[in-house]
Amino acid sequence: MIYAEILAGGNGRRMGNTDLPKQFMILGTKPIIIHTIEQFLLDQRINKIIVCCPKNWISYMQDTLKKYIPEENNIVVIEGGATRNESIMNGCKYIKENFDLKDNDIIITHDAVRPFVTKRIIDDNITVGLTCDAVDTVVPCTDTIVECKKGDIISNIPDRAIMYQGQTPQTFKIKKLMKVYESLTDEEKGILTDACKMFVMKKGKVKIVMGEDFNVKVTTMHDYKVCNAILMERNK
Amino acid sequence: MINQSYRLVSPKQIRCELVDEPISYDDVIVRPTYLAICAADQRYYMGKRSTDILKDKLPMALIHEAVGEIVFDPKKEFAHGTKVVLIPNTPVETDDIIKENYLRSSYFKSSGYDGFMQSLVVTQRTRVIAYKNIPDRIAVLFELMSVGMNALEHFESYSHMRKQVLGVWGCGSVGFITSLILKKTFPNAEIIVFGTSEAKLRYFQFADEVYLIDNIPPDLRVDHAFECVGGSGSEAAINQIIDIINPEGSIALMGVSENNVPINTRMVLEKGLTLLGNSRSGYEDFENAINFVERYPEAQEYLANIISDEIVIKNVRDIDEAFEEDASNDFKTIMKWEI
Repeated sequence: MIYAEILAGGNGRRMGNTDLPKQFMILGTKPIIIHTIEQFLLDQRINKIIVCCPKNWISYMQDTLKKYIPEENNIVVIEGGATRNESIMNGCKYIKENFDLKDNDIIITHDAVRPFVTKRIIDDNITVGLTCDAVDTVVPCTDTIVECKKGDIISNIPDRAIMYQGQTPQTFKIKKLMKVYESLTDEEKGILTDACKMFVMKKGKVKIVMGEDFNVKVTTMHDYKVCNAILMERNK
Repeated sequence: MINQSYRLVSPKQIRCELVDEPISYDDVIVRPTYLAICAADQRYYMGKRSTDILKDKLPMALIHEAVGEIVFDPKKEFAHGTKVVLIPNTPVETDDIIKENYLRSSYFKSSGYDGFMQSLVVTQRTRVIAYKNIPDRIAVLFELMSVGMNALEHFESYSHMRKQVLGVWGCGSVGFITSLILKKTFPNAEIIVFGTSEAKLRYFQFADEVYLIDNIPPDLRVDHAFECVGGSGSEAAINQIIDIINPEGSIALMGVSENNVPINTRMVLEKGLTLLGNSRSGYEDFENAINFVERYPEAQEYLANIISDEIVIKNVRDIDEAFEEDASNDFKTIMKWEI
């Protein structure tokens, strides 16, 4: 089975003059999270879509789904965790409790605020995810990365040719992901904010698929304005 | 739904644009699998249209020859994964007499409106036709074949009954498909193809005769003719047809020309010729094209022969490569759409 988990767990920083979580802000004609979910609905290989969001926003999320995708009953809204990884784990636990979880079952996790994800990226995540333990979506790094281990002194400038920027989706074999997470100490859980990094730290093999430059995360008001500006209308 | 439209913004400049796509209950969403480049697309890409036209029509997603798979149907009439051919002509009214592709109100994908070079195509459900048992890379030529079917229907309606010798001018993709359709539809007729390239004429093995246009036997005559040349060659081709065709013959014009074409109207009058204009195609022509390929499986082999190049498209650079390659290809360049 293939599951998708849309991560809308955080309230995030206040964006502009509203307390509305970013994922519910309108992009073009719909809330950002609806655009995101629609892309996952187009892949029939996905058996269930799990939306993780803050407890206080669960009803709001459910009403938003009713309003924009009224006939879709393949989406479930659950409570997110305190951290990104906890939210992912909540999704995994939901699957374990409600479905017959098999070794080869995978979960495609994706930021709710990356609405420009494409069908090709999702397809690639599934195709590669079925053949390995974990998949990360990346784009080649365009800026030089500078490492400073101690304050303001550069300790290293890695070769840009082998550097990539991480995006989402990230895809995992669910059972392996749960096992890796459970093996972490509390301290490690606090440090490892990225689920793929957990696999890398535990010597797991994580494959990459190419994202897109435009698969951006709407994090700041600037991002939001840019995304609204680049979104165009169909010319019939 | 947010879609990616790969639009030509200026000659040789394709840009991925993000489009907020409205979806109505009568629409379906199709993921293209194969697209084919047409000479009209190539003219836009290379900037070989007038500045005014380019200014008026761009930015625009090119390509009007495509097949794909249904990924979403709100009415659930099409199963997910159903293979469909996409119809570029989109009528907004019906007419008892005039075909949909000639209605001035119809709009056409990749001519002023976005074509099929998109991640997903949202289109009216009446603008797709399902097909089975035909490879996608062959099915992508259905649009071209439907243009031939449109011309055939027109020709059968308006031409006189004597159809012993049919001439086809043009040894490109349109000429190839038209002469193939004629050979199967009129098995007792002699199909003669006239072209400028000996190498390309060798592909027309099913034809009864092929001739270079500067080496035609002086006493050769045809009952009817199909002009599949277009462009700067239109004038010479049409006038040669007028010279060679028998009286009261029909000339099916299929080649598009940017400029007005001077033709020998005196001889058109003296011979009582009929000029038949043909452009694009409609739903029924697509149905006829699919039926044709199903009825004549050997036609699939011949169609496969005119695929000059197949290029896998994963990014905009690949699209540029496909158009560049197409410019030097003898026949069709098809794009396996994995972007």
